[in-house]
Amino acid sequence: MPNRIHPGLIGFTILVYIFLTGPLIIVIGASLSDTTYLTFPPQGLTLRWFENIFEISAFRRTIVTSLQLAVLATALALIVGIPAAYALNRYRIQLPSWLSTLFVLPILVPEIVLGFSLLKSVAVGFGTPIFATLLVGHTLLVLPYAVRVISASLASFDFSIEEAAVSLGSPPLKTFFTIVLPNVRSGVVAAFILAFITSINDVSTSLFLTGPGISTLPIQILAHVEQFFDPTIASVSVLLMFLTVAVMAIVERTLGLTFLAK
Amino acid sequence: MTQPLAIDNLTAHYGTTRVLEDLSLSVAAGELVSLLGASGCGKTTTLRLVAGFLEPTAGTITLGGRDLTKLPAYRRDIGLVFQNYALFPHLTVLDNVGFGLKQRGVAGAEREKRARAMLERVGLATLADRLPGALSGGQKQRVALARALVIEPPLLMFDEPLSNLDAKLRVDMRVEIRQLQRANGTTSVYVTHDQEEAFSISDRVAIMHAGRIMQFDTPEVLYQKPANAFVARFVGFENLIAMRVVARDGANVTAEAAGGARLILSQERMGPIPDAFVLACRADGLAVSKDAGAAGLPATLGLRTYLGRAYQYQCESPAGHLVANGALSTPLEPGVAASLVPVAEQCCVLGVE
Repeated sequence: MPNRIHPGLIGFTILVYIFLTGPLIIVIGASLSDTTYLTFPPQGLTLRWFENIFEISAFRRTIVTSLQLAVLATALALIVGIPAAYALNRYRIQLPSWLSTLFVLPILVPEIVLGFSLLKSVAVGFGTPIFATLLVGHTLLVLPYAVRVISASLASFDFSIEEAAVSLGSPPLKTFFTIVLPNVRSGVVAAFILAFITSINDVSTSLFLTGPGISTLPIQILAHVEQFFDPTIASVSVLLMFLTVAVMAIVERTLGLTFLAK
Repeated sequence: MTQPLAIDNLTAHYGTTRVLEDLSLSVAAGELVSLLGASGCGKTTTLRLVAGFLEPTAGTITLGGRDLTKLPAYRRDIGLVFQNYALFPHLTVLDNVGFGLKQRGVAGAEREKRARAMLERVGLATLADRLPGALSGGQKQRVALARALVIEPPLLMFDEPLSNLDAKLRVDMRVEIRQLQRANGTTSVYVTHDQEEAFSISDRVAIMHAGRIMQFDTPEVLYQKPANAFVARFVGFENLIAMRVVARDGANVTAEAAGGARLILSQERMGPIPDAFVLACRADGLAVSKDAGAAGLPATLGLRTYLGRAYQYQCESPAGHLVANGALSTPLEPGVAASLVPVAEQCCVLGVE
């Protein structure tokens, strides 16, 4: 009696799982369909839509651009975000409280507005190259996530640990890398993954900032859908998913391991 | 390589609030000095200034002739033990203890040998490979102690190191800390709000209040001869009676309290008595005599409580509310008129502030 689970709960749990995995299954299924139009369940099995991605040069180029953009924007956001999150937590009492709110502001601005503003003020105003403008946009887009996630990690960090290391003769900067960072490792990894996914999936901001010759994968997908309705779209989506998972796995392993190594 | 610490005319501010005012303190080589006071009295600020985590607005800090005042914290070479242990969560116990040696360039094998030897001394040799998360509070504080001691610092500082431990462990640990400190002869500064802890462990204690040192002396002197009303109250003198000398007869002095009650006090037994003074007595130093005409302060007894060694009475007298102890053999009832007789050896004379 005591450990019996209500059948309704089991049913509900199954529903949630279907809801979560359904889209993935449909996209993967559709990408394998041997038809010239999108359909599910797949009719026949083929990998030719995956081959087709690489035959279309626009996809080849935008995959590379998106990856470069996501990695660089995430890296920049971490380079700015880690010290910012550190300072916001370390000097919480001394700093005005609105300062931490400042780092959330980009989230409040609709992404599409962010993109349009950057186009008008940066790309047109200063005539910056397209990739550089995209990088600025994406960095702004992911910075709030980086700061928030790392802040959450630092909030439970006891800064007297840092003082203990300093008192034992470790200079402050070295202490940051050997004592503080290893203890907020999980936050940094989570921030990286969240920032990377946000960047690589972004449409709204990029929409205005892409230009002749340079586009991102989601924008290219959008352009493709406007003209074609073949399963290439599904296979690109699957590819994007696997790329993201691969990057997550790599980050998890390498960041995790280097931080653990003394 | 134990060294004396000198703090001279130290002043510190948090923003515009002054938290330390012209504080001077000298700790002899090998001595353990406690900074004792309620929270906000400036004791932790003093420790953080010496450690280099705060900058003073004025004053100097010297350790064995080395001026620390402008030196960054990581070059001060001071062993610190924190209230919350502050162990490195991602390093094993052995690496925690070896951390300071590593910063000093001690090579791997030698470092491990010395860290293990220190863990042996604090009785944790078997836990060397654990992570701090797997230790009890007492064990953590031992690791913290070992980590601070292994670098053989010329100065050790403790910031409320026992506050997070339970009462029994606290007593054991303070004995242990004192023994290690004695054996190493390390000059030490110990910050605490616990009077018993400070008195039991220290060579000298500085009682602090509002950013100043109220009195700095041995526990014995502080306990028996407080220098002022604040310290007297702090060390448990319940009764502070304002008095004024009305007659002097050689060594004997006749003094009057508010309400006109007179006492004859001996300067031979109590030291010199100025014309206006405060007589400080613990409840033990104010004996209850049921003979209302005895040479004491007349009072009406109130609530009686049992202390085990005596009865304690809350008393009302013309000189104010007083607390006095009476013999177990003669319990007295509330409302009785009695006389409270000061016991010269257990009272002291304070100047009027």
